[in-house]
Amino acid sequence: MAAIQVVRSEWTKIRSVASTVWTLSLAVVVTIALGMLISALSKNEFDKMSRSDQLSFDPTFISFAGMSLGQLAMIVFGVLVVSNEYSTGMIRTSLAAVPQRATFLVSKIAVATGLSLVVGLATSFVAFFLGQAMLGSHKASIGDTGVLRAVIGGGLYMTLIAMFSMGVAAMLRSPMLSLGILMPFFFLVSNILGNVSATKKIGRYLPDQAGSKIMQVVTPVDDSTPYGPWGGLGIMTLWVVAALAGGYVLLKKRDA
Amino acid sequence: MIELEGLTKRYGEKVAVNNLTFTVRPGIVTGFLGPNGAGKSTTMRMLLGLDRPTAGDVRIDGKHYDQLKDPLTYIGALLDAKAMHGGRSAFNHLLCLAQSNGIPRKRVYQVLDTVGLTAVAKKKAKGFSLGMGQRLGIAGALLGDPRILMFDEPVNGLDPEGIHWIRNLMKSLAAQGRTVFVSSHLMSEMALTADHLVVIGQGRLLADTSMADFITQNSRSYVRIRTPQRERLLDVLHGAGVTVVETGNGSLEVDGSKSEHIGELAAQHQIVLHELSPQQASLEDAFMQLTAESVEYHAHSDTPAAPPPQPWGDGWKGN
Repeated sequence: MAAIQVVRSEWTKIRSVASTVWTLSLAVVVTIALGMLISALSKNEFDKMSRSDQLSFDPTFISFAGMSLGQLAMIVFGVLVVSNEYSTGMIRTSLAAVPQRATFLVSKIAVATGLSLVVGLATSFVAFFLGQAMLGSHKASIGDTGVLRAVIGGGLYMTLIAMFSMGVAAMLRSPMLSLGILMPFFFLVSNILGNVSATKKIGRYLPDQAGSKIMQVVTPVDDSTPYGPWGGLGIMTLWVVAALAGGYVLLKKRDA
Repeated sequence: MIELEGLTKRYGEKVAVNNLTFTVRPGIVTGFLGPNGAGKSTTMRMLLGLDRPTAGDVRIDGKHYDQLKDPLTYIGALLDAKAMHGGRSAFNHLLCLAQSNGIPRKRVYQVLDTVGLTAVAKKKAKGFSLGMGQRLGIAGALLGDPRILMFDEPVNGLDPEGIHWIRNLMKSLAAQGRTVFVSSHLMSEMALTADHLVVIGQGRLLADTSMADFITQNSRSYVRIRTPQRERLLDVLHGAGVTVVETGNGSLEVDGSKSEHIGELAAQHQIVLHELSPQQASLEDAFMQLTAESVEYHAHSDTPAAPPPQPWGDGWKGN
């Protein structure tokens, strides 16, 4: 079994279902539009901000504000790519065609990750430039220290969120169960844990909290995070590796 | 060639497939027969490496399924017509299967033509009728031009024309020298298509025999007689050395096909006959008898068919 055949097959699968188009388009539109909106609002609010808020003002990070919502569409994409196989019964046809389960899973995830990366990077660059356009005189430039890293990091962040969802979906198999856990977790639980002072120390090791550090250029004044941008992305990558490894072990072990 | 050796699948305490050993040979249609829940589908899933056997072994042309390079070119299977993504077009469904096994794209057009789905190739599979879904599943099985084909209950839910088409397809595939392994819970269906028969019940092998042998062993022919002069006829038949079985409903049965002989005897003794008819026990009966002890889900005739009607509003009380 040449792996390249399976990759080609997975590409046909991913491009031939409607859910790929609508989840990814939604991620692009929501991330960019919300980023522009919040950038425009921030520009108007800047003069009313406190001194320390003005010092912590991070135009790059603000243009990525849409990701908090846009990432939910990436989660749906990641979940559906994997769990569609189970909810439709296609998995039995797929594994009969490719009985090497490692090849099957790696090819599927490689194709979906490649697509996420292209979409994620494009979204990140567009969100940055349009966001900066909204910020007017407070804008950052792509040549400023750390900005290019943050913009590329934004694309990587979206990709890793999708990959994490693929891993969770491979473990849980059911799309409803996977979404029912991931959506509230990233939209609510993680934010609550990260903002309540008692749980902040744990919250910042969650995948999204750690990973989003890569998109920060200006470190907030009172920040005590024990890792830097790449360290944060590293923590997120560990979560992704764990989720995918769990998905693989269960796929290998279970009856299809 | 498919070889099963002591194949066993246990789900906790429950044994779904119990120590199955048999071989499916090329050039003939082998029927895999058993009542619902006998373990047919589980056996077929283990054959494709989808479920792992608890014990025993199953080999395709001497190899385990996951050792086959491009398995669709060795064995094509229709397990479940619904085992596909409904949002994908028929063409793309077959294309992704073809690509994964290095099968050229033009073969997709060929199999679509074979099963008669060319006109709807670009349509989404979820709009397909059961029959069309079945045809698409069969197209997937034929894709790699495999020497072995396996169909799980292929005629379920099909219209007569579809059933006819599948029967002829299976026969022609076997005539080309391929191995055809097809499951069913209907003996009558198997009698029309299968050359060889493997019968299982509650996961155990009950019979592994040629269809012809099964028919001669199990199809009892007898003569049914009804007469108002029952006692006289019994005496006459006993006198002639014919063994008679008295059935509960007042008729008599004589094994074999001796209706002429019995008619002549009755005429000689001027006995009035109301019925003298040669009968053939159906294969369905033989199959039912064979699997009687192993049927898991018996329908009990004393169970009421429907709950007694309840007055309106009772459902609200949460009884």
